[in-house]
Amino acid sequence: MDDTVLATVGAWLLAGFLALVAAVLTADHAFAIQMGIVAAAAMCAAIASASRGSRVLAGHAGVAVRSDRYYDDVIRWGVIATVFWGVVGFLVGIVVASQLAFPLLNLNFEYTTFGRLRPLHTSAVIFAFGGNALIATSFYVVQRTCRARLAFPALARFVFWGYQLFIVLAATGYILGITEGREYAEPEWYVDIWLTVVWVSYLAVFVGTIIKRSEPHIYVANWFYLGFIITVAMLHVVNNLSLPVTLLGSKSYSLFSGVQDALTQWWYGHNAVGFFLTAGFLGMMYYFVPKQAERPIYSYRLSIIHFWSLIFLYIWAGPHHLHYTALPDWAQTLGMVFSVMLWMPSWGGMINGLMTLNGAWDKVRTDPIIRMMVFALAFYGMSTFEGPMMSVKSVNSLSHYTNWTIGHVHSGALGWNGMITFGAIYYMVPRLWGRERLYSLRMVNWHFWCATLGIVLYAASMWVAGITQGLMWREYGDDGYLVYSFAEVVAAMHPYYVIRIGGGLLYFTGALFMVWNVWMTIAGKLRNEASMSSAPYDPERDRPATPFTSAKGGAIAAAE
Amino acid sequence: MSYDTLRHLADSWGLVMMGVLFTTFVGWTFLPAARRSHQRAATSIFEKEDGIDG
Repeated sequence: MDDTVLATVGAWLLAGFLALVAAVLTADHAFAIQMGIVAAAAMCAAIASASRGSRVLAGHAGVAVRSDRYYDDVIRWGVIATVFWGVVGFLVGIVVASQLAFPLLNLNFEYTTFGRLRPLHTSAVIFAFGGNALIATSFYVVQRTCRARLAFPALARFVFWGYQLFIVLAATGYILGITEGREYAEPEWYVDIWLTVVWVSYLAVFVGTIIKRSEPHIYVANWFYLGFIITVAMLHVVNNLSLPVTLLGSKSYSLFSGVQDALTQWWYGHNAVGFFLTAGFLGMMYYFVPKQAERPIYSYRLSIIHFWSLIFLYIWAGPHHLHYTALPDWAQTLGMVFSVMLWMPSWGGMINGLMTLNGAWDKVRTDPIIRMMVFALAFYGMSTFEGPMMSVKSVNSLSHYTNWTIGHVHSGALGWNGMITFGAIYYMVPRLWGRERLYSLRMVNWHFWCATLGIVLYAASMWVAGITQGLMWREYGDDGYLVYSFAEVVAAMHPYYVIRIGGGLLYFTGALFMVWNVWMTIAGKLRNEASMSSAPYDPERDRPATPFTSAKGGAIAAAE
Repeated sequence: MSYDTLRHLADSWGLVMMGVLFTTFVGWTFLPAARRSHQRAATSIFEKEDGIDG
């Protein structure tokens, strides 16, 4: 074998060996399981590197570098991973929603309690489904807009598989009870370090491709992707500054304490929304919406203003998560003011996306993929209107800690992130696998309507639940005592929780249509179906003009 | 740097610098020469489509 192949395989074997040593030496049961997973992953990596290396050396055609083609292997894996993790994440969401409605479903078993499954759901949908979608689409978009083959293909493969290992470590960790207790940043120190390594490699691949571009201008979608990658790197590192108790255990303590710690967490938390779930997905929007609509973005200038406004404003919005806490009042107000200002660029971006369809609005009726994208943009607008409103202190005093927040998050996540991702997947799959078209466009339509009805049920029930909850909590009687006990408020939530399960099931059903559709498209099948639209045709009326006849049959011309 | 200095830097020179940078970046897009390059950039994703897609 070649020296570099040998070195790579050796490095993986060494890493696996060290993980095994850690698993044996640790006194922490859960940490031992996690190190076992790392060791298994390292073994897989060693075997994969060895087999790939030997195929390359043997001059196997399947692994030959085709510099005249884009490097799409990683993107194909990423699309499959996105669909897979999406289904897993949505399913766990239905489970935790059911647990809230029917607490018996916690099963009185530590590994299946709501507290452990809830971060599993949030991380699966945000980081596994959303993250894989971002990695796959960013590699797709950066190659095509830069007209350059992906830089460092081997590193790109590492990014993909390394990211999957991060997901598996995070997910199994939550089940085992390993957590930092920081929302959306629950993984412990060793998983954080691993993600940092993967993320820096991701940055290298992305920037490397931009540097070797043959297109003079860097298309605006790449600005958003780059903003997302760099900011998430910064947020992740700062928020996870912590000291492990021992290098052979999972527990660590944050370097910050008290309100500084809370502010760092929500500076991270809100910018995870702003840069992971907004900037990254806007990168998708600025490429796939114009491409699917077959017309350039409405205003390129507006897209640049959108970009800089998001970058300059979002980073200050985090303190609105800490209204009426120990955080200094000026910082709370600052967070509120910047959140309200964010409304402008967000709506500018929404208008920019929607107006791209100017002159082609009929596509909303005839093309279900465009309809999904338009729906995503509409929900981008709705949730970025709702968010600033909820960040206003007086509104927040009612909405905070209630289900309204959950409704808001899901209108953004299901409506905006979910729908734009589905649209991008439907766009990419036939192109990535060289198929004539999707297996079924009508199935995309079914997906659209299931998802839409699901979101409506979900958001509406959570709005009613949240406002009910907030009003019940603050209700005082004439005697100056609270009118409702906490348990009474919980009981009042039951019908809304049940409606929410219905919404989740509908959204999940839509995703199953996507799985079927993507599967069959990859298999190369075409569903025999009537096309989505055609101009109406009536053979009866398809004849030359004759003298006009009255209803009774007599010719008018003759009567004259 | 103490909390107090940082706090005062943030609402004086820091704020001015951020404001100037932001205005520059946004103002840049209004330069007369920008229109043509924006037009070019916006349509760049449609050029030689057969060659660059799939």
